[in-house]
Amino acid sequence: MSIEYERIVQIWKNPPNRGEMEDADLVLEGANPICGDRIKIFFKIKNGKIVDASFTGEGCAISIASASLLLDYAKGKSIEEARKISKEKMMELLELDLSKNPSRLKCALLPLMAIKKN
Amino acid sequence: MDVNEIRKDFPILERIVNGKKVAYLDNGATSQKPRQVIDAIVRYYSEYNANVHRGVHKLSEEATVAYEDARRKVAEFINASEEEIIFVKNASEALNLVMHSYGMENITHASRITISIAEHHSNFVPWQALAKRKKAKLEILDIDAEGELAGLEDASGSDIISIAHASNVLGTINDAQEICKVAHEGGGVAVIDGSQSIPHMPIDVKKMGCDFFAFTGHKMLAPTGIGVLYGRKELLEKMEPFLYGGDMILEVKKEGSKWNNLPYKFEAGTPNIEGAIGLGAAIDYLNKIGMEEIRKHEVELLSYALGKLKGEVAIYGPKDAKKRTGLISFNVPGVHAHDVATILDEDGVEIRSGHHCAQPLHERLGLDSSARASFYLYNTKEEADRLVDGIRKVKRVFA
Repeated sequence: MSIEYERIVQIWKNPPNRGEMEDADLVLEGANPICGDRIKIFFKIKNGKIVDASFTGEGCAISIASASLLLDYAKGKSIEEARKISKEKMMELLELDLSKNPSRLKCALLPLMAIKKN
Repeated sequence: MDVNEIRKDFPILERIVNGKKVAYLDNGATSQKPRQVIDAIVRYYSEYNANVHRGVHKLSEEATVAYEDARRKVAEFINASEEEIIFVKNASEALNLVMHSYGMENITHASRITISIAEHHSNFVPWQALAKRKKAKLEILDIDAEGELAGLEDASGSDIISIAHASNVLGTINDAQEICKVAHEGGGVAVIDGSQSIPHMPIDVKKMGCDFFAFTGHKMLAPTGIGVLYGRKELLEKMEPFLYGGDMILEVKKEGSKWNNLPYKFEAGTPNIEGAIGLGAAIDYLNKIGMEEIRKHEVELLSYALGKLKGEVAIYGPKDAKKRTGLISFNVPGVHAHDVATILDEDGVEIRSGHHCAQPLHERLGLDSSARASFYLYNTKEEADRLVDGIRKVKRVFA
């Protein structure tokens, strides 16, 4: 197995930021029609900044790892800044090259798209 | 039949994927093409490319003969007459044709349309849309614990019953003859989606008794973009065209037009000539081996794979190989199907993952997705072993 994928599986085994947030200020949802994956993202916002973030949902290792890493990165930013995170940045966080795997790229970008679209 | 000899006809099976010889197990999505089919298409473009039914010159006559010859081969392959064979682009278009040309004319707010929960979206969404537009009742038959169609008798009295001959997820082979009998006893018509059955077993539409039989070419060794709708002549004659344009008319005047004879009434515009010729060559190839032989090979391979996978993964559909086509949908507990497919791909084993265009069925089974390995005439026990090895690797990696 590729080294990059091994890292994804390691994150998947114990993904940071996974779980529901009861007192969230903002809840965003995303879905991937290809595989039926769904994700829910929770943000706690104070003074215009994301102070806490978490997610729930069932998905493949790539989408779960992507959500974990994205939310880590989004903390401390404003919602507007979080929405401006680029696809390239997301792939950089994942340390994955999916340029030749367009279907898996959709898995990787599912959490980011949930933030951008809502 | 000799699988090793058959494999020599498929150039792509020599392909190396991620350092390993490809084990192509995604035949439910599309099949590979033998060199006989590839050559027939190349020959058409190199030697006699021209439009059909239009020119009187040599090339056009040759193209027309080849195109119509393909229609004859399809007709003989399923025991129909040539005027009952309509070339379309795929099974979805075939089913949409029935939905529009038969459904829109014959379905009212008092009608009942019956499908099953196991249908591919192509045989689900058109009927759902028709029922909505006509305010008709859409009834959805369930499956039992074994993944077999349940409560067919409840469908009696439906105006249209449209059900797949074989499920693209469960592999279940439905009793199409019984479905047609129930439809006719209640005064309705039977539409059978044969996309997952015709590549793998002999088909006789007369014996089956269906009114419409839809299938696509690319799952049975032919190129993409060519499919077939078989329709019973009496019904096709009464139906309005689906698409309007060139080739589907007898005469066009300012006041109105007269439709062409069957099957041309339903083939507007320049058709997919290379596709039809490719499909004809694919049928020649399948006939040479024999559909009974192919079925026997797949049942043997499926029994072998099911035996090895038992206890390793959760398998959906009937346990008896004789009740299903050569595909296995499964999940490795706790691991997403996409991850299973990616790990297998790293060793050159190509399978499908997702909901396979059957979302209602996955919801019924309580699943977000599943992985699917589907066999065809060129697959071997060695490839089934590689599937099993790959699944064991997935379990190690995700443990």
